[in-house]
Amino acid sequence: MHLAYPAVLAALLFCVGVYGVLARRNAILVLMSVELMLNAVNLNLVAFDVWLRDALHSGQALTLFTITIAAAEIGLGLAIVLLVHRNRGSSDIDRLTALADPAGPGGDGPAHPGPGAAQDGPGTAAGDEKAEATA
Amino acid sequence: MNPGSALAAAAHHPGFLSPTGVEITFVLVGLATLGAALLTVTTRQLVHAALWLVVALGGLAVEYLLLTAEFIAWVQVLIYVGSVVVLLLFGLMLTRAPIGRSPDADSGNRWVAVAVAGAAAVTLVWVVVDAFRSTWIDVHGAVQGTSHATGTSLFRHWVLPFEALSVLLLAALVGAIVLSRRDDGGKETQ
Amino acid sequence: MTLTALAALVPLLPFLGAAAGLLLGRTAPGFVRPLAVLPTAASLALAAIVAARQGTGAPTDAAHRLAGTGSVPIDLALHLDGFSVLIAVLVGLVATCVQVYSLSYLRDDPRYPSYAALVSLFTAAMLLVVYTGDLMVLLVGWEIMGICSYFLVGHYWETETARSASLKAFLVTKLGDVPFLIGVFALATDAGTFRINGILAAAAEGRLHHPTVIALLLLAGVAGKSAQFPLHTWLPDAMAGPTPVSALIHAATMVAAGIYLVARLLPVFTASTAALAVLAVMAAVTMIGSGLAALAQDDIKRVLAYSTIGQLGYMAGALAVADRDAAVFHLLSHAAFKALLFLGAGVVIHASGTNSLTAMSRMGGMGRRIPDALWTMGLGLAALAALPPLSGFFSKESVLRAAEHASAGHTAHVPAAVGWTVLVAGLVTAILTGAYATRLFLLAFRGSGPEVPDHGRQPVAMTTVLWVLAVPTVAFGGLAYSKLPDWFGGAAGGSLGPVLVTSVLGTGLAVVGVLAAYGAWQGTAAIRAANPIGAVVAEPADAEPALVEAEAIAVHEEVYGDVAAAEDRGDPGRLLLGPLHRPAAHGFHLDALYGTLFVRPVLAAASLVRFLDSQVVETYVSGAGGTPKLIGAAVRKAQTGNVQTYLGALLAGAVVLAVLVAVGA
Repeated sequence: MHLAYPAVLAALLFCVGVYGVLARRNAILVLMSVELMLNAVNLNLVAFDVWLRDALHSGQALTLFTITIAAAEIGLGLAIVLLVHRNRGSSDIDRLTALADPAGPGGDGPAHPGPGAAQDGPGTAAGDEKAEATA
Repeated sequence: MNPGSALAAAAHHPGFLSPTGVEITFVLVGLATLGAALLTVTTRQLVHAALWLVVALGGLAVEYLLLTAEFIAWVQVLIYVGSVVVLLLFGLMLTRAPIGRSPDADSGNRWVAVAVAGAAAVTLVWVVVDAFRSTWIDVHGAVQGTSHATGTSLFRHWVLPFEALSVLLLAALVGAIVLSRRDDGGKETQ
Repeated sequence: MTLTALAALVPLLPFLGAAAGLLLGRTAPGFVRPLAVLPTAASLALAAIVAARQGTGAPTDAAHRLAGTGSVPIDLALHLDGFSVLIAVLVGLVATCVQVYSLSYLRDDPRYPSYAALVSLFTAAMLLVVYTGDLMVLLVGWEIMGICSYFLVGHYWETETARSASLKAFLVTKLGDVPFLIGVFALATDAGTFRINGILAAAAEGRLHHPTVIALLLLAGVAGKSAQFPLHTWLPDAMAGPTPVSALIHAATMVAAGIYLVARLLPVFTASTAALAVLAVMAAVTMIGSGLAALAQDDIKRVLAYSTIGQLGYMAGALAVADRDAAVFHLLSHAAFKALLFLGAGVVIHASGTNSLTAMSRMGGMGRRIPDALWTMGLGLAALAALPPLSGFFSKESVLRAAEHASAGHTAHVPAAVGWTVLVAGLVTAILTGAYATRLFLLAFRGSGPEVPDHGRQPVAMTTVLWVLAVPTVAFGGLAYSKLPDWFGGAAGGSLGPVLVTSVLGTGLAVVGVLAAYGAWQGTAAIRAANPIGAVVAEPADAEPALVEAEAIAVHEEVYGDVAAAEDRGDPGRLLLGPLHRPAAHGFHLDALYGTLFVRPVLAAASLVRFLDSQVVETYVSGAGGTPKLIGAAVRKAQTGNVQTYLGALLAGAVVLAVLVAVGA
């Protein structure tokens, strides 16, 4: 098999994952895109391992490790997303702008978002209700 | 070199324009995987995204099989499709993701993301194709990815990282529990 | 003890008294009064001994090199001759009288310790100026007197009048002192020494190359210190200080320092005819102008201030005709009767509760209330008007005689025109002097109206001093005029005795002035009876006189609308001066002129500078801050807080780098 096929597929999957990380609003969708990127890397590792016929099987071993770490990461990531959702009422990445620098003179550093549901966020539409539309 | 061995060598390296069956299968499954991935990152329905992710990950498992890495393929199905996607679905449920179409699933950075991803794709594909123009994988030799081979190499050459990995998993487990514990009284406010 | 040692003690004792007074004033207030009077009295005694020992002999010189300076050395030099010893005795006498007077005048004043110390320091500085033979040391004494004058005139610094008066005195005299300093340096450069003997020798040998410039520069300082036109404007306002201060500083000592300096350095001035002419014109303008102004003043002390200016003009006129003996004679006798007049004015202000002649002329029985002041001031005013046989007659007569001598062309170095200027101005001033002296006496002591309220018996210290000073007022002239030329070294003037022509003219004109004032006074009596004006300070009878005076000065402007004059149609001066009364009352508007010429441009320049600083320079400064602010605002726009934005930028950068590497490779 020509090596280009798995390599190109991995490259394309990676870029799709990049698009997803940058474009999706919900934190969990971002995590999904990260999974896509990790899988692309795994494919690359496996393909090169098979091509090189590595004596140590390092490619496949590392793939296993990557899968394990991805699993650990998704567990922790989801715990964080849950916490964010619990504290701020939504898991929109757009709303997590506490480290923004407010424009204008005498801006007083990062604003502290209040507890509970109330949230300020430059650039977001007042879409609390939109994102939380229940069935 | 006699012409016979040259012919054998030529036959051993198939030409670019005469794909084998494995290659065709690989391409077709690859297209399906890519399509599913694209749908994952573009669909407006959040739960569907998770489900398309299942398809993508499954497609990748098939690719692993085609590449003779069977242990990896089954691990992929078990861990990724089995637990990761389930975790994602649980996450969607616990954060009250809307069922059905949500109009603002994409943030305002969409166009920047398209540009960046597109540029990255072009660059990577170009570089990769240019670098590996005449490289072929031998999938018909000794199978690299059997459980026997993988297990032997894991527990012979990779045993220390393996143990470290188990510690990492323990840490992740503890961390996840601590993070998501709901403390009554005090910890909820900033 | 040697003469030099005694002479060195004379300025030293009051200086030590001042230092002790300043140090101990708060911690040991019981010592303050002895420390005020005793060193000054001791200094007077020593000065008298020095004078007796120096006598009419050759001048005594002693010197100690203070600093080589590299070019012209500075010496701590002593020069004792007839002039300096006599003036030192005078200064000691007046200072002692003032200190004794102040014991009662400022008895309850909280700042008495510093006041007494400053008066002692002032006395020490004046004695230093008188005794020294080195110009630099003289300058030191000169400047110390200036600063003491500032502090003492501003003694009642709670009031606006005193504060601005002390600043004005300081600044105007300083304005004269700067050219004076330059003149001293020029003189020393030309003569090669700061020693006065050396300078006089250089002048005699004709080694001074720029006598006119030097003389004019020195005259600037003299005009400031001795209150001659055009730097005289500070003296009338300096009457805001306590009366003893006015007596010491503005009658007898500081203002005499300028005259004394010209007298000492007269050969420098006679080397330049232009300087003599300028001095004569200054003296003439000063004499006549101040005489007119004195006729229009309402404040009793301001009348005496303008009178001092005029009498100093006499002395300056005498110096302009190169007769220093006459000038110093007049200086000595004027010091005595002017100090007497000022101290008497203090008694009058205390007894009447006001410093306004207008108010005093509406009070009856002043003479009965304060008989000591009545008699002594009467004598003093008669001496001021140069009526024989008082000392003022003899001293003024010597001045007029010297002027007449010069006008006839008999004086070397002095053009006849200069002599005529001084003579004519002196005679006109004689009329004016007689007029304003009479006006003062009549308005203060011969007022008619309700009985003056009782402000208590005048303290013994004050009245005794008046009589002490009355003695030289009466006797000095007649007894001294024949002996003084020996003391003064028998210079070109020769005898100081009266000459028939000028004495008849002078006395006659003075009597004319007296009679004119008396007539005007009688003529306006009816107007005065019909218009009672005046405000009196109401203080308990045992309040210290200084308090009464401070209040009287402070309220004068509020009551009468002007610090100098009152709108009184019953004022004989108004009748005598006619249309000149209004300008004369305001010092011929010289202050307003100075304000327009100097003060307003300086204030305008200051506001221009402030404008430039706040609008122009500030703009650059805040503009310099503006660019970083803009850049910061632009950069701040990138900090959206959105993680995806950051990641996008990161990945885009990574892609670009990768492309570059790929293309480069």
